[in-house]
Amino acid sequence: MSKKDKEPLFSAKNRKLLLGPLSASNPVVVQILGICSALAVTAKLQPAFVMAISVTVVTAFSNLIMSLLRNSIPSRIRIIVQLVVIAFLVILVDQVLKAYVYDVSKQLSVFVGLIITNCIIMGRVEAFALGNKPWPAFLDGVGNGAGYGLILIIVAIFRELLGAGTLWGYQVIPASFYDAGYSNNGLMLLPPMALIIVGIIIWVHRSWKKDLQEK
Amino acid sequence: MEKLRNIVDKFKPQFEKGGRFGWLHSTFDGFETFLFVPNTVTKSGAHIRDVNDTKRVMIVVVLALIPALLFGMYNTGLQHFRAIGELTQAESILGCWWYGFWRVLPLILVSYIVGLGIEFIFAQIRGHEINEGYLVSGMLIPLIMPIDIPLWMLAVAVAFAVIIGKEVFGGTGMNIFNPALLARAFIFFAYTPFISGETVWVRGFSKGGPFVDGFSGATPLTSLSESASSGTLDFGDYSLWDMIVGTIPGSIGETSVIAILIGAIILLWTGVASWRIMVSVFAGGLVMGLIFNLIGGNAYMDMPAYYHLVMGGFAFGAVFMATDPVTASQTNVGKFICGFLIGVIAVLIRVVNPGYPEGMMLSILFMNALAPLVDHYVVAANVRRRNKRLKTVKA
Repeated sequence: MSKKDKEPLFSAKNRKLLLGPLSASNPVVVQILGICSALAVTAKLQPAFVMAISVTVVTAFSNLIMSLLRNSIPSRIRIIVQLVVIAFLVILVDQVLKAYVYDVSKQLSVFVGLIITNCIIMGRVEAFALGNKPWPAFLDGVGNGAGYGLILIIVAIFRELLGAGTLWGYQVIPASFYDAGYSNNGLMLLPPMALIIVGIIIWVHRSWKKDLQEK
Repeated sequence: MEKLRNIVDKFKPQFEKGGRFGWLHSTFDGFETFLFVPNTVTKSGAHIRDVNDTKRVMIVVVLALIPALLFGMYNTGLQHFRAIGELTQAESILGCWWYGFWRVLPLILVSYIVGLGIEFIFAQIRGHEINEGYLVSGMLIPLIMPIDIPLWMLAVAVAFAVIIGKEVFGGTGMNIFNPALLARAFIFFAYTPFISGETVWVRGFSKGGPFVDGFSGATPLTSLSESASSGTLDFGDYSLWDMIVGTIPGSIGETSVIAILIGAIILLWTGVASWRIMVSVFAGGLVMGLIFNLIGGNAYMDMPAYYHLVMGGFAFGAVFMATDPVTASQTNVGKFICGFLIGVIAVLIRVVNPGYPEGMMLSILFMNALAPLVDHYVVAANVRRRNKRLKTVKA
C-alpha cells in the first residue's frame, strides 16, 4: 500500500463511524437496543456515568479484538469466541470497578455482569467488527458506547434532578424551593418513568431528524 | 342566538386560510363548533348525520357531573367547619357551599387552563381541529383530587396526562388510558404523601391549624384498612347513611353516592354512557365482596359486601370512569366482562393489599389496558360461532 491511498486516522468516513451513533444511528433511541440497563441504572447520575464508561470500554475493545481475530476464526464458532472475548472484558471492567469505585459497583450490582448480554455489544461485533479493519471497528465501538452513554446520562440527569433534587449526589434544588411547597417526584425514581423519558427523547429526536420517522 | 351567529360569521373570514389570523384557524374552529353545531355536510356515502356530535356528548357528561361537583363543594366546607369545631357554621348549607366553592374553583381553573392550553397548542401545531375530549377530563380531574392538593402539582399531573396519556397516542379517541385517572395515578406514585393517608382530605388539615383535638381526617376506607388488621371494623365516626349521602372526608367529587347516581341517571337517560359497564362494575364489586364473605378470613372480609359499593371512589369510578367510551371495551360482551373485572379487582385490591386502601383507580387503569385484548377474543369467538353456523347450514 502506497502512502498516497492510506486513509488519514480521522477521515470523514471514520468520523462518521465515531459520531454517527451519537444521533443519527443512536443505539438506544434509533435502534432501540440496550433498553433494560437504560431503565435500571439511571436513577442516579453517578452509576449511569460509570455504566456508560464501562459499556464504551467493552464495546470498543471487543470490537477491536474481534476485528483483529476476524480472519482466523471459523464462522461456525464465531459466536462462542465473541462471548469469550466480551465476558473477559466485562470481568476485567467489573474487577476494576470493585477496586476503584466500590460504592458505585455495589449500586450497579448485577448490571455490570449483565453488560455481557447487552445487545449493543454483540450487535456491533456481528454487524461491524467482523467485516472491518481494527481501527474503524474500534471507532465504531467507541461511538456506539458513547451514543448509549449519552442517552443514559440524559435520562439520569432528569431522573436524579426531578426525583431526588440532587445531581451526582449534591443537592441542586435549594431548600427554599422545598419550603415554598416544592416536592420531589417519586415516580421519577421508578423504572417506568425511565421508559417514558426514553420515549420522550425518541419523540423529540425524531421530530428534529425527520428522516428517521417511520412512514 | 341570531346575533351571536352574525358576530361569529363576521369574524370567520379572517380566520380562514389566507386570512389575517389564518394561523389561528384551529383555535377559532374550536370556539365556533363549541357554540354552534358545525354546518358541514357529507359529500359522499351516508347522508344522515346526527346533530349530537362529540362536543355535545361531552357537555352531557359535564352536566351529569354537576350534582357531584356541587355536593363536593358543600362537603368541602362541611368537613372543614366540623374539623375546626365551628359547628354552627357547619349547619349552614349555603355557608359551607360558599366556602367550598372558593376552594374548589382554583382546582377547576388550573385543570382547564393547563389542559386546554396544551390541547390548543397541539391542535395548532398539527393543524387539526381542537379535541373536545378535555372538556370532560378537565372536570373529572379536580373531582378525584383531595382538596388540599397543591395547584402546581395538579398542573404537572394534568400536563402529564394530556401529553403522555393522550397526545402521544394521537389525541382524543386514541388514548389507551383514561386521562383523568392517569393524572391521579401520576400524583399517586409521584407525590404519594399529598394524595394518600389521613391528613389531605380536609381543607387546611395538612398544614396544621386550629383543629379539634383528636380529629383524624381519615376517610372511612383508610380507617377500615388500618383497623381490619386488629380484627375490628372501624369506619371512623361515619355511618352507612353518611357514606351514601356523602358527608365524609374523601376526594372532592367521590363522596356522595346520591349525587353520583343523579349523574348516572342523566348519563343513562341520554344514552351517553353504557348501562352494561355500570351494572357489571357494581355486580363485580358485589360478587367479590360476597366471595370474601364466604372465605371470611378477617374482619374486613366479613364486612357486608354492599359497603364496598358506597365507600371511596367505587361509585364515581363505575359511573364516570369505567364508562369512558374511548378506553372501555367496545363490544357488548366485552363491556360486561371488563366492567365485572373492574369491580372484582377493585375490591380485591382494597381487601388484600394493605398498601392501597382504594383499588378503583388501579383496577380501571388495568382493565383499560386489557380492554383491547378482551375485545379481540370476543370478536374472534363471534367469528368462530358464525363460521360454525355457516358450516351446519351448508351441510
